[in-house]
Amino acid sequence: MAWRPVHELAASGASRREIAELFVERAARLDGRVHAFLTQTPERALEAAERADRAGGGRPSPWAGLPVALKDNLVTRGLRTTCASRMLADWVPPYTATAVERLEAAGLGCLGKTNLDEFAMGSSTEHSAFGPTRNPVDLERVPGGSSGGSAAAVAAAMAPWALGSDTGGSIRQPAAYCGVVGLKPSYGRVSRYGLVAFASSLDQIGPITRDVRDAAILLGLIAGHDPRDATSAERPVPDYLERLEEGVRGLRVGLPREYFGEGVAPEVREAVLGAARALEREGARVEETELPSTRYALAAYYVVAPAEASANLARYDGVRYGFRAAGATSYADLYDRTRQKGFGAEVRRRIMLGTYALSAGYYDQYYLKAQQVRTLIRREFGEAFRRFDLLLTPTAPTAAFRLGEVSDPLTMYMNDICTIPANLAGLPAISLPCGSAGGLPVGAQLMAAPFEEALLLRAARALEAALSLQPWRPAAELEEVAP
Amino acid sequence: MAISPDEVRHVARLARLALDEGEVERLAGELGAILEYVAQLQRVETAGVPPTAHVLDQVNALREDEPGPGLEREVLLEEAPDREGPFWRVPRVIGEGGENVGEGEER
Repeated sequence: MAWRPVHELAASGASRREIAELFVERAARLDGRVHAFLTQTPERALEAAERADRAGGGRPSPWAGLPVALKDNLVTRGLRTTCASRMLADWVPPYTATAVERLEAAGLGCLGKTNLDEFAMGSSTEHSAFGPTRNPVDLERVPGGSSGGSAAAVAAAMAPWALGSDTGGSIRQPAAYCGVVGLKPSYGRVSRYGLVAFASSLDQIGPITRDVRDAAILLGLIAGHDPRDATSAERPVPDYLERLEEGVRGLRVGLPREYFGEGVAPEVREAVLGAARALEREGARVEETELPSTRYALAAYYVVAPAEASANLARYDGVRYGFRAAGATSYADLYDRTRQKGFGAEVRRRIMLGTYALSAGYYDQYYLKAQQVRTLIRREFGEAFRRFDLLLTPTAPTAAFRLGEVSDPLTMYMNDICTIPANLAGLPAISLPCGSAGGLPVGAQLMAAPFEEALLLRAARALEAALSLQPWRPAAELEEVAP
Repeated sequence: MAISPDEVRHVARLARLALDEGEVERLAGELGAILEYVAQLQRVETAGVPPTAHVLDQVNALREDEPGPGLEREVLLEEAPDREGPFWRVPRVIGEGGENVGEGEER
């Protein structure tokens, strides 16, 4: 039962209380091994479920009373929000993120807040001040990151679905590593109000789910304009379910060569090419293409994202909220020591990198240059989407690696080489399971033109149906944890 | 692209980040390696290409300037690491212990 997607759970005839209890029980029993959650809130999930059961036909939405897990960089009024950082270890926000408010308005109940790389900076969820999350499929491996807690919670059926955030792949890459579905919406599709800012021109909130239909449902619940986010788009939200099953006949799908080259594991390449053949069998016209600027995307990202992060993280000064180092002798000493002790090594590294790139004498060479390259990448995608409806690539160059296996920062950054271009160009992109490599999940990524989520979801659904893979299940040792 | 320990100290000061000496050395190496990778951007011809700060076409979201409720003071102050009554408490900013503030300026 816990393995069924939300749209099936909702139609199952079980009470919302029964459904919520199922996930509350699994999270309580299994999370000691996985560590997907930083905070569990069974009372919130059960209360929402009971309210929906009482309301019967008067429910605010068909999904009322169903539980959801939230990445712990989405602020929740009255509920600790840590960003997996010592800086915010005890912070209780005074307001709630718009995306979370919308889920609450639809009657969903929060199951808990999920682990992440500190301030969403990382690709493995190892950079959490509260310890790493493990991949439910293989507990010796990372779940990916930074939304590793959300992906692991869904993969272990400790949550039926979850929200993550994606700045350079942080929804899609962990979804791929854990064998679930992850969608990064177009920049501006979902309000960023209440998402703790990492890189403001790249960040988006999106769903991590068991199947494509659930991703369409959850996106529909959180999407739309919000006057509190000046970068949220004033565009109507289409019904993402309306044409979901219409298939890919006649759609043009591009396979950009650069995403299948050096550094991509052969088994990953084979699995994604298998997905391309499946789309072809369904009537899509699949063709190889080129996106030469892609090779510069990672370099541009590692200037733009740290630059924006260094500005955004300037607010953590030990004065108004969060951690403060003890024993400061001056205000400058207070800032310096609070930030030294409050931030972990990866966050400090990125603040330093961003500050360097923005500093006098280097601004034009790094930041301006990276923004110009970003323009070239956008233009190239613009041209590609005149010839193709969709682009298909691997989500990540390899399957999940072992905890502790990648220690060099630059090697870690390479994990995001396939996902970063969509953030730089603001495109919607989805990862869904397409096969295996060494017994581990492999994700295929589809990208579409900005605000073409309906088309993207429709193609992803067609691919999911055509592949009709067995869902990934947690390692046997996890399921053996006694009740 | 090498970066010297002195440069690391300078950037750390701009970033308001205390570093211990071991970290200065380590960051000099790590940042150097990342900057070396990033240096490939210099190979891209970008003359006359406008920068992208932001992918949306919309500029300036305006709204009516109408007063509305803000966050309650007490709720905000509850999260303060140190406070005194309705104030945040911080180390002395001006005068002794303060650094570079007001130096040579008439206040």
